[in-house]
Amino acid sequence: MTGNRENPALTMNGLQVEQLRFLGRGPYNFAVPAGSIFGLSGSSGSGKTLLLRAISDLDPNEGRVTLNGVCSNDLPASEWRRKVAWLPAESLWWHDRVGAHFWQIPPLQWFNSLGFAEEVVNWEISRLSTGEKQRLAILRLLQHRPSALLLDEPTASLDKANITAVENFITDYLKENNGLAIWVSHDSEQLERVGACHYAMLLGGEMRKLR
Amino acid sequence: MNVIPLGLFELSLASLLVLLLAWLSFRHRLEIERPLLIAALRTTVQLSLIGLVLNAVFTTVNFWLVLLIWALMLAAAGYEVMSRQKVKVKGPARFMIGTSSMMLSSFSIMVLILALVIKVEPWYSPRYAIPILGMLLGNTMNGVALAMNTFSTLAWNRRAVIEQRLALGQPSGEAIEDIWRESVRTGLIPIINSMAAAGLVSLPGMMTGQILAGNTATDAVRYQILIMFMISSGTGFGVILSLWLMRRRMFDTRDRLRMRDSFHVG
Repeated sequence: MTGNRENPALTMNGLQVEQLRFLGRGPYNFAVPAGSIFGLSGSSGSGKTLLLRAISDLDPNEGRVTLNGVCSNDLPASEWRRKVAWLPAESLWWHDRVGAHFWQIPPLQWFNSLGFAEEVVNWEISRLSTGEKQRLAILRLLQHRPSALLLDEPTASLDKANITAVENFITDYLKENNGLAIWVSHDSEQLERVGACHYAMLLGGEMRKLR
Repeated sequence: MNVIPLGLFELSLASLLVLLLAWLSFRHRLEIERPLLIAALRTTVQLSLIGLVLNAVFTTVNFWLVLLIWALMLAAAGYEVMSRQKVKVKGPARFMIGTSSMMLSSFSIMVLILALVIKVEPWYSPRYAIPILGMLLGNTMNGVALAMNTFSTLAWNRRAVIEQRLALGQPSGEAIEDIWRESVRTGLIPIINSMAAAGLVSLPGMMTGQILAGNTATDAVRYQILIMFMISSGTGFGVILSLWLMRRRMFDTRDRLRMRDSFHVG
């Protein structure tokens, strides 16, 4: 369960998880340097989602999680979650139309790179397909310009063309913003494509480095 | 100016109507005669007993006795609110949230009205203090029970959406604001409707009673307007307070949704 501790300059900039315990799990210790992607796979029920929820402080937890040197407990919870943003496997929508879920409308280029025209903000949620919802959920997640993305199988409901679009879009976003991500995926080829290191979570919750 | 006294014989004539209805139900197998007769009996016994109690209380002006009766009324209202919840708060808060918010809103409005508006001497005179609290509590109870039930049920059913909103960086108040608004509205709609219909469709019970008791309609109207203002504000404050207390149970200090830990269905 070790992370990239070799380089102390990198560990300051990025996400650091120290002695993180939650719901009888842990402790977890690892670091994700800014600009990198931490790939995570593992069978369902091994607790990958719970780990992401604990890092975004949605479940009670002990230990320390810091982003660029700032500890989660030093920020209001809502502000922390805007910086360390969790994308659940299934996106939920509560207003009638797409646009109402956005505080500010993202740049047109974002819509285009995920295959939408700007009119999509006027679309009704009930008419969206699962794949459309998922791609829009990614745009919704990025509207506060988070520095750390916690992606829970972000392409599980997408076809091949859209998987590529999403992979490119997210890696471009991370490059432009010097951001980082924890990317949960069953597809180890995908983790290789996006340039992630690869850890597996075992059934007991232990993490083991694969690559 | 006095009410025409109602004799026991005249009252039993009226009871024949209920018996007739029960017979009709029996003949046509509507199977409602048992609950109907039991409820009619309960109403007779309960009201006769409370009549005896009130007679005794009205003749003495004892603050502690009045306080005891207020406390009993409040406890009954609190129990009623608690038993009307489908998604319940765990622990003693199940009883305390509704009860404490009804106490704060109803008691403070009652004292205000008795001491400053009606100006009774002493302010706790049972002849005013008990019926006024009764009207306040009766309405506040309905509003609080409706609003709390709506709030906890909707929050329970939509807890995944609330968490999605929290995950997107909304503070807890914002993540639940539509449910909050819907619940306050649900609690207040009945009293707003009855204020709007008063005089056109219905003559409220208290006003009817005063007119039957021989008061002038003008006096009765003024009292009724006072009562309407009193119960609508009492209901509103009670509803908002109880939902606020309930919301504090739904989230912890780090804006995490705690529905599964603090609530249960049943």
